Amino acid sequence: MSVPISPVQLLLAALLMLVSVLLSWRLRLNLGRQIVVASVRMTVQLLLVGLILGWVFALRHPLPVVGIGLVMTVLAGQAAVGRSSRRYPGIYLDSFLAVFGSSFLLNGLALSGILQVRPWFEAQYAVPILGMVLGNTLTGVSLSLDRFTSDVVKERGEIEALLALGATRWEAAHGSIMAAVRTGMIPVLNSMAVMGIVSLPGMMTGQILAGVSPNTAVRYQIVIMFVLSASSALGSLAVTLLAFRALFDAQDRLRAERLMGKKQA
Amino acid sequence: MLSASDLRRTVGGRVLWQGLNLQVQAGDRLAVTGPSGSGKSLLLRALAGLDPLETGEVVLQGRSQSRWPMPEYRSQVMYLPQRPAFGQGTVLAELRRPFGLKVHSGRSFPLDEAERWLAALGRPDFLNLSVTTLSGGEGQLLALVRALLLSPSVLLLDEATASLDPDATHTAEIALDQWCAAGPARALVWVSHDPAQRARVATRELPVVPQ
Repeated sequence: MSVPISPVQLLLAALLMLVSVLLSWRLRLNLGRQIVVASVRMTVQLLLVGLILGWVFALRHPLPVVGIGLVMTVLAGQAAVGRSSRRYPGIYLDSFLAVFGSSFLLNGLALSGILQVRPWFEAQYAVPILGMVLGNTLTGVSLSLDRFTSDVVKERGEIEALLALGATRWEAAHGSIMAAVRTGMIPVLNSMAVMGIVSLPGMMTGQILAGVSPNTAVRYQIVIMFVLSASSALGSLAVTLLAFRALFDAQDRLRAERLMGKKQA
Repeated sequence: MLSASDLRRTVGGRVLWQGLNLQVQAGDRLAVTGPSGSGKSLLLRALAGLDPLETGEVVLQGRSQSRWPMPEYRSQVMYLPQRPAFGQGTVLAELRRPFGLKVHSGRSFPLDEAERWLAALGRPDFLNLSVTTLSGGEGQLLALVRALLLSPSVLLLDEATASLDPDATHTAEIALDQWCAAGPARALVWVSHDPAQRARVATRELPVVPQ
């Protein structure tokens, strides 16, 4: 087990933020307020989550585990839209469906198929793994969504030229769909490439701090990485296809007018 | 061949045209006229099925637009935009591109015909240029030849020769005239701001009147 941290030690760590605040003040970066707000917010969020998780762990019942998972998924689905500069009606639902479908599917496979956790809703495994899967799927979904919606506007001339020549909506959008899915997968591919060399992943480090042997920790990390990349790929593909369905109608028309700027949506 | 009845178009709450009817017969050369902003391009886009119809219907060969599979419909009623957009390959690759689409899968790319049209338009050396280096006028020529090779029934020309110099415009008009006369069921619909061009190429005018 790792060394426990007392409230006094937490305060000591918080003092480190003074370095950034001082820097901001001396260099007139005007970031002092933001640093304090972000720090307080992070601390409160994490303490609350710690409380809730402790409570969920103690209940040993599937309902609170699924409930907390759904709340996390809704928030992730919302956050994935946040980055898109263009939106269409129904974009939040599409984003949620993509995040939910891929994360829950892959999380389920990981828990009951690969790690064989019994019971499957064992919160000690289900919640943190879902959290990691959601975080990465959210990134993939958000990048794909942003890329697809902006590509469709940028390449509108070429897409409509193809449609005018008799292309189906699928043929006309194919290039944009591929580009969007590829964009969504880049972060996971990048992080896999440097994992263990440039970055020591948080989960593995955490397990080692908690006294798990590096060998076991590494195996967990490998399993997680495969689950993450599969979920991210699936989420990117799903959200791109959903956005495609929303922006191209059954008469093979590009409905660019359904896209609005961030403020109007 | 192609007819439309009771079409209406509004943009931002403003009615551009309504109760609009038109008839295009085989061999017709129709010029759509009207001031800038009267929605002539939007009319051509509606005829090509690129924008949804607000009211009325468009009928091609006795069959309503909404009952056609759109790729097939658009291979018959082909829209040529004022500023054609291309990918990144050569002119030859761009000319071939539509022949890779499902709707044209029964046809093979007619290279000799392409060369003949390019020669007729005064650009026999065109095929191996990269499309990213083309000028606006050259892009229009490429789009024009590409559409002619696909032999639609109705060609919708949206200022499709506006970036050409007078000589090239003239040869393009002649080429289009030849093309239209060469088939039994072909027609042209022009949108052109140039009254002299309309007088040269059109047999009929359809005024689009702002409301």
